[in-house]
Amino acid sequence: MGVYLAQFLSGLASASALFLAASGLSIIFGVTRVVNFAHGSFYMLGAYFGYSLVRNLGGGALGFWVALLIASIAVGLVGLLVEVIILRRLYKAPELFQLIATFGVILVIQDVVFWYWGAENLLGPRAPGLSGIVRIFDVPMPVYDLALIAIGPLVLLGLWLLFNRTRWGVLVRAATEDREMVGALGVNQSLLFTGVFVLGSALAGLGGAIQLPKGDANLLMDFGILAEVFVVTVVGGMGSIFGAFLAAVLISELNTFGILVWPNGTLVLMFILMAVILIVRPTGLLGRPETIGQKTETGPVEVVLPAGPHYKIFVAVVIALLALLPLLVDDFILVLVTDILVLALFATSLHFLMSTGGLVSFGHAAFYGGGAYAAALLVTYAATPFELALLLAPFGAGLLALVIGWFCVRLSGVYFAMLTLAFAQVAWSVVFQWSDVTNGDDGLLGIWPAAWASGTATYYYVAFVVAAAGIFLIRRVVFAPFGYGLRATRDSSLRAAAIGIDIKRQQLAAFVFAGVMAGLAGGLFAFSKGSVFPDEMSIPRSFDALLMVLLGGIESLSGPVVGAAAFTWLHDELITFEYWRLLLGVVIVALVLLFPQGLGGAARHHVGRYLKLEASPGDLRSATPKREQRA
Amino acid sequence: MSFAEARTAGSPALSVSGLSKAFGGVQAVKDVDFQVAEGELLALIGPNGAGKSTCFNMLNGQIRPDRGSVKLSGEELVGRSPAQIWRRGVGRTFQITATFPSMTVAENVAMVLMSQARELFSFTRSAVNRHRAKALQLLDMVGMAGQADRPCGVLAYGDLKRVELAVALGNEPRVLLMDEPTAGMAPRERVELMGLAARLAHELDVAVLFTEHDMDIVFSHADRIIVLSRGELIAEGDAEQIRSDPLVLKTYLGEGQVYGQDKKPKD
Amino acid sequence: MGIRKVLGAAVLAASVIAPGVAGAQETIRIGDINSYKNLPAFTIPYKQGAELAIEQINAKGGVLGKPLEIVSRDDQGKPGEAVRYAEELFTKENVVLISGSLFSHVGLALGSYAGQKKRLYLAAEPLADSLVWAQGNRYTFRLRPSTYMQAAMLAEAAAKTGAKRWATIAPNYAYGKDAVAAFKEVLKAKVPDVEFVGEQWPALFKIDAAAEAQALESVKPDGIYNVTFGSDLAKFVREGTLRELFKERTVLGLLTGEPEYIDPLGPEAPEGWIVTGYPWYAIDTPAHNAFVEAYQAKFDDYPRVGSLVGYNAMLSIAAALEKAGGTDTEALVEAFEGLELDTPAGAITYRALDHQSTMGAWVGTTTVKDGKGVMVDWTYEKGGDYLPSDEVVKTLRPANGG
Repeated sequence: MGVYLAQFLSGLASASALFLAASGLSIIFGVTRVVNFAHGSFYMLGAYFGYSLVRNLGGGALGFWVALLIASIAVGLVGLLVEVIILRRLYKAPELFQLIATFGVILVIQDVVFWYWGAENLLGPRAPGLSGIVRIFDVPMPVYDLALIAIGPLVLLGLWLLFNRTRWGVLVRAATEDREMVGALGVNQSLLFTGVFVLGSALAGLGGAIQLPKGDANLLMDFGILAEVFVVTVVGGMGSIFGAFLAAVLISELNTFGILVWPNGTLVLMFILMAVILIVRPTGLLGRPETIGQKTETGPVEVVLPAGPHYKIFVAVVIALLALLPLLVDDFILVLVTDILVLALFATSLHFLMSTGGLVSFGHAAFYGGGAYAAALLVTYAATPFELALLLAPFGAGLLALVIGWFCVRLSGVYFAMLTLAFAQVAWSVVFQWSDVTNGDDGLLGIWPAAWASGTATYYYVAFVVAAAGIFLIRRVVFAPFGYGLRATRDSSLRAAAIGIDIKRQQLAAFVFAGVMAGLAGGLFAFSKGSVFPDEMSIPRSFDALLMVLLGGIESLSGPVVGAAAFTWLHDELITFEYWRLLLGVVIVALVLLFPQGLGGAARHHVGRYLKLEASPGDLRSATPKREQRA
Repeated sequence: MSFAEARTAGSPALSVSGLSKAFGGVQAVKDVDFQVAEGELLALIGPNGAGKSTCFNMLNGQIRPDRGSVKLSGEELVGRSPAQIWRRGVGRTFQITATFPSMTVAENVAMVLMSQARELFSFTRSAVNRHRAKALQLLDMVGMAGQADRPCGVLAYGDLKRVELAVALGNEPRVLLMDEPTAGMAPRERVELMGLAARLAHELDVAVLFTEHDMDIVFSHADRIIVLSRGELIAEGDAEQIRSDPLVLKTYLGEGQVYGQDKKPKD
Repeated sequence: MGIRKVLGAAVLAASVIAPGVAGAQETIRIGDINSYKNLPAFTIPYKQGAELAIEQINAKGGVLGKPLEIVSRDDQGKPGEAVRYAEELFTKENVVLISGSLFSHVGLALGSYAGQKKRLYLAAEPLADSLVWAQGNRYTFRLRPSTYMQAAMLAEAAAKTGAKRWATIAPNYAYGKDAVAAFKEVLKAKVPDVEFVGEQWPALFKIDAAAEAQALESVKPDGIYNVTFGSDLAKFVREGTLRELFKERTVLGLLTGEPEYIDPLGPEAPEGWIVTGYPWYAIDTPAHNAFVEAYQAKFDDYPRVGSLVGYNAMLSIAAALEKAGGTDTEALVEAFEGLELDTPAGAITYRALDHQSTMGAWVGTTTVKDGKGVMVDWTYEKGGDYLPSDEVVKTLRPANGG
């Protein structure tokens, strides 16, 4: 009895920090529609600020709590900077840009924290006066846990009062429901957004600070909390604070009791809960169904045209150059270009989903890694020959995409994106933890190509032919009836449905196709490196793909290829600097702000018109989308 | 007059009976019965919030009715998805045009033809210039063939409406639903568009049901008119009968509406 | 445009650089690949240790008349990147071998690469047993005592305590599972009537410490075997101490005594745990004293385990080069097999049988002194004593592993 009660109370205590972080994300999303990936970084900053402040403000209970509060406010100010310098310029931009920009912020904060606080984990200070225990049914229980249990509902109450009893709060709630309306009321929208962002950041910071007496401040906290916060937000319903609280408690209790029943299921259990809830309620426990205008926007709508003659010549030259490359360069350049080709195929598959389908996936690495694992498992357990394994890899990924896609296409816009991310995390935790089959973190080794293909140059040709064929197939599909039908669902779901297009089926097929192609890239990757590890499915891998698409420009069909090359080059250039993450982060943010069309888009804009790379009469460029209304 | 009567005598393409829908406690549509015959233009009018759009959305499957039946040449449509209903021959245009801005005018029409030919899961055939001849033919019917290669996103509003009409006619529908076809258009354009719609309906023997706020358009183009008020049908007849119907007058004038006022209802 | 530019630049660069590589070499270059940005607390000491060794070797005239030079790459904790850098180091930087790596998965990827491409790799720190056993090959050697060896040392200590009911807690991934499996195997062999009453597997760096502590408490074990580390360890120690989990129980901590793990805990370091680790402050041998002195003089910091391993790795490479009399890979492989050398930790041998060095670890009991966790009553356990018999090892290595 006492054990279960203690376990229950522990669950409530750990729910508090989680709730604070998740409620911040939820509030920010609800009003600004920005999915703030840097939220984990704010949580981490809160812990570091809290650590330093508690040390400097000296002992005493008052000093401790004041320090935590200041830490939270300081994080709010960092949020203010981020909002004013970066995000404010991106509210009207497609979600992808906001995502990538906040990802840049993650990198910057990581390096700044490393530079200032150093590499070693910093053990959190104890809360003065609360560091002891009380006995509940003879089970010792830390007093600080009881404080945490109180903090969660207190903050919830505070937020409720703020949103229901103040004019500002009422405006924020109105903005959550209808952004245009608030603009029409003559409210200074930009001030409102800034305020909300600061509040959300401060909550994340407080979350990071209050967990200090139970843990530490470390450099892995940002990504560590991210997936969990997203799951809580999605399960609770995006934009709902009560939902976030409910979900945080539910998930923490599930973890706490899950440990007793299924010690091996840590991590996976949480995602299973999420899947179950989303099947029953696609918008989460307390989420509202999507309203008009929440469609994912991937960029301005432009007429998509097949390649013009000049472009075809250009592509032919590139292909000829690539075919002759082994005669011109050393083995390392071949390895590098092999990597680029593999990534180009991966990025092109994501680009297809995003640009033609209007479906922004945050978890595309699941299929890249899925393909790699499919190949590696076939080689490891069935001694499948290289050729067959490479051929089957995309189907393994496709199968995974079919399952994940079935859930995801029920939602759209940001909800869709978040769900893809969450499922990618499920896939990652399964391969990471299910070591009997996947060998977990130690990966699957010895996945080398057959003898005939194992030379660097030979394998380069294999990758070149397969990746080029894949990219051409994707291009072909864009201009096939399937691609047109998919684009129709993106352009106007209303019209698409009215001319007999089964939108969800079209989207699911596109999701699977993109998964298959990413899987093909993953298979190529596995055999080029000789080993596969869970990293290939991780969130940063998915971000890499998004970054490549962004670098190349979402509008241009050849963008992802350019993006993959630019990404690899940029990465290799920056990595030689000590603070390369900081640099990469700054470069990413600058790119988003300065070249919203991407490098490929910018290049095409300046040079392409001159070269007539695509067969486009001038007046076709200026197509502006008419907003559609849903009845 | 005699022409219209001859038409109404034709076989009913669409028969609606007992159609009802409530949202929460509000009865949006209640026991609506009517029929549209092949080649007939039937106008559905009524003040804002009368339930016209709800009616439309039930006919093409976007909203599932609580009760009632919608039969297309005897086949029940209730319970089918918009895509299935479209495939059986019910086309639709929207109050605010819905087209594919990333495609050219011709491609917008070709899109319907691909859907009708069940080609949407073809991954490797080329869709470029697919069904172009047929698309141009349809565009020619609405007078848009000259702009076939312009992107839909840059068209004038009136032209978009014509494209929508061509799109709606793409699968040779037996019934065409037009929600406020002339909303947002200049008066001259309105007459042109409705004239076109009427001509095509008669030529192709399509049953047309349309809602419209502009009473001049309604009275000059509809073969027959039904009036909806607070979810219920209150009158039915030709232009003369409706114009002089006391209940209709009361409904409209009582709410301070002026004939021909261009206002978009929100449902 | 971008791709053409990049490729053009690449082709140009390659055609300029490639011929230059053939020129005479002034130094012997050693490739180094490590996760410098991902786990700097662990890898920077390693790098410093390696630098110190190179400096000392070069001060004595280098090896084979040439100075040694380290060419470093940051793998960012990604195995795929590590393999690419390995290729770069061999083809562009002309290194004679590669060394380094902390993460097991990066080490395994490099080992697989080395076997496939027939290039020499000295895995310095990765602990995975499979690196030299199940996935072992002719071209991969490992310096640091493996998971199995360190777990076996603790199992021996566990057998002496007399505790019979054991519970384990380990992060839910490959290292944690290896560590628990090895511990159970060795302890069962030593104490046949031992019982394992509970296993907890928190997700790596996502421990729900309160719940885990209570789950362990509920099975009432005599002893607890802990494999968690980093922030998981900090949380586990805190909750466990508060909730009286460690009271009157034997607790073992794998690696817990290494400065990298115990120092961040400060005054809250656990007391009375039996751990493997590195009591650099108390080892009093001339070789080790000289090492600590030189290290502190150069870096104004004390050595961690990583420092010692980095230092020994470079000593090993220098010794192998001397023995081989050249930089040919096959000759170096043969030199490494059975290579004997003296290190600050004592004499070590690279076993020809499985390419594992016999470098050992220190086993002792933790206590808190001057606000810091330290090891007392420690002994140095030679790595060679904690490996399975040669017959067993032979079955563990693939037939063609050489």
